[in-house]
Amino acid sequence: MSSKRIAYPIFRAVMLTVVVITLVVPFLWMVLSSFKSNLAITDPKQLFSFNPTLTNYETVFGVADFLPFMINSLVIGAASTVVSLIIGVPASWVMARYQMTKSSTGVLVARIIPTVSLLIPWYYIFAQTGLAGTYTSLILAHMFVSLPLIVWIMLGFFEQLPIDLEESGQVDGLTPIGAFWRITLRLSTPGLATAGILSFIFSWNNFMFALILSSAQTRTLPIALYNFISYASIDWGGLMAASVTITLPVCVFALIFQRYVVAGLTAGSMKG
Amino acid sequence: MTPPKPVAQTASALSDFANKHRKYVLAGPATFFITCMLIIPLGFTVYLSMTGASGSVSRNADFLGLANYAEILFGNDRFWPAVWRTVVFTSVVLTVEMLAGLGIALLLWRTFRGDSILRVIILLPLVATPVAVGMMWMLIFHPTIGAANEILSWFSVSAQGWLSDPRQALPTLMFIDIWQWTPMVTLILLAGLRSISDEPLEAASVDGANSFQRLIHVILPTLAPTLVTALLLRAIDALKTFDIIYATKGKGGGSYHEAETLNILAYSYSFDYQYYGKASAVLVLFLIIILTICCVLIIMRKKQRV
Repeated sequence: MSSKRIAYPIFRAVMLTVVVITLVVPFLWMVLSSFKSNLAITDPKQLFSFNPTLTNYETVFGVADFLPFMINSLVIGAASTVVSLIIGVPASWVMARYQMTKSSTGVLVARIIPTVSLLIPWYYIFAQTGLAGTYTSLILAHMFVSLPLIVWIMLGFFEQLPIDLEESGQVDGLTPIGAFWRITLRLSTPGLATAGILSFIFSWNNFMFALILSSAQTRTLPIALYNFISYASIDWGGLMAASVTITLPVCVFALIFQRYVVAGLTAGSMKG
Repeated sequence: MTPPKPVAQTASALSDFANKHRKYVLAGPATFFITCMLIIPLGFTVYLSMTGASGSVSRNADFLGLANYAEILFGNDRFWPAVWRTVVFTSVVLTVEMLAGLGIALLLWRTFRGDSILRVIILLPLVATPVAVGMMWMLIFHPTIGAANEILSWFSVSAQGWLSDPRQALPTLMFIDIWQWTPMVTLILLAGLRSISDEPLEAASVDGANSFQRLIHVILPTLAPTLVTALLLRAIDALKTFDIIYATKGKGGGSYHEAETLNILAYSYSFDYQYYGKASAVLVLFLIIILTICCVLIIMRKKQRV
């Protein structure tokens, strides 16, 4: 019995070490390579000992001019998240309070459907209305991901929130919407943070929409990164520096708001 | 000038109206958005799938009825291989991710010193941009300068082609997907494990059950609904995997279409060849497949919960 008590922690430590190495080493490799000259990258002898250089980052922000793309990603991510919160949170509240099951099925369908199947019509409609390549078209497209996500998270959140406070607010003379606005929403900060943070991360990482709908002026970071390899020979150092430039902000962001990210990713998995 | 009283009345009338019809007023904008972005476009896609639209969507196209479907199902050499690859890709990554995800979740179940750092590390692959993840692995799996072959050479294993080898590309992509998404399963199952009460576990211990018996007879049955949910959420995404495949293999899943899944094929027909009619037919078929699989899983989930 006692040998078993010692054996399990050792087994667990060994297994978890393997997991951590598997998850972390690729990232370390990416970061290391981003500080290597292209000569050092191709030389197996310089796996760990090399002269660090910032040339690759100079390429990313100089020649490839990533800053505007970063701003595009920020603008589109923030705008689609804010608008989705504004229209999605009240909707999820009435859906939770009045058990509108059909609407929640609609939310699930929006999550299931392959977005490629909507891109041709969107592309057509945006081209007809002169919105093709504008921020508006990209924000609308990104909202198609963020709105169902926000409703999905907030629906679970509102269902768990006790209804008593809202009811006592109505007894004190508040209208139902007033009770939602003054009471429920004030208590919903964790839910709103979870929904907003996750929605922003998904928008930041989105590749397919901007691949079709963006123009040179509205291009987002993942497309700028993808364009790095469309040339004949790949600048590996620059590519890795560009990958770090995209991944680092979102990883730091997620680490700061770790609790909310976990809550959002596991939302709806416990019930529903 | 309007006297203040009627203004207040209008405002209160507006508020009365909003409160009376709050279901429609509050859910209205979101419903309108989803209708415009989902239902109408989907109808348009179904219509396009029955036409010969190509090149430009605004050009008049012949109505072909079900000819596109017939061509894809019976006369197309890319559709069925793509279906097969999608099925293989999805079933392999789901199996491995569920097993590994459950294993890691069980290891993290009971708190110990330092487990919070582990839960942070587990988040990293999940939030990392998939295109960047694809690029990262493309360098690691590079046939001549990649670290993967360098490590193999330490064990005197000959260099592999990985992503650039038509036979190894899809398995390598499966590996990348497993690497990125196993933590997702772990997080969901960990949340499920943490909500299991101690009583049945203690009762089983008192009855003399060992750890393995407790896992099979107590933990897994209690966890079943969460397992099905994790499977459903991962299946939805795995069936549609696009970013890492397109980023590493490019158009059409490589020169031999070796990594061409249904989503890649549909994208390729839509935007690389601009065969809008044919692409739409592929998409409708893809949608039917994906909805069928998800419906089965949703029904399974409902049964587990009763």
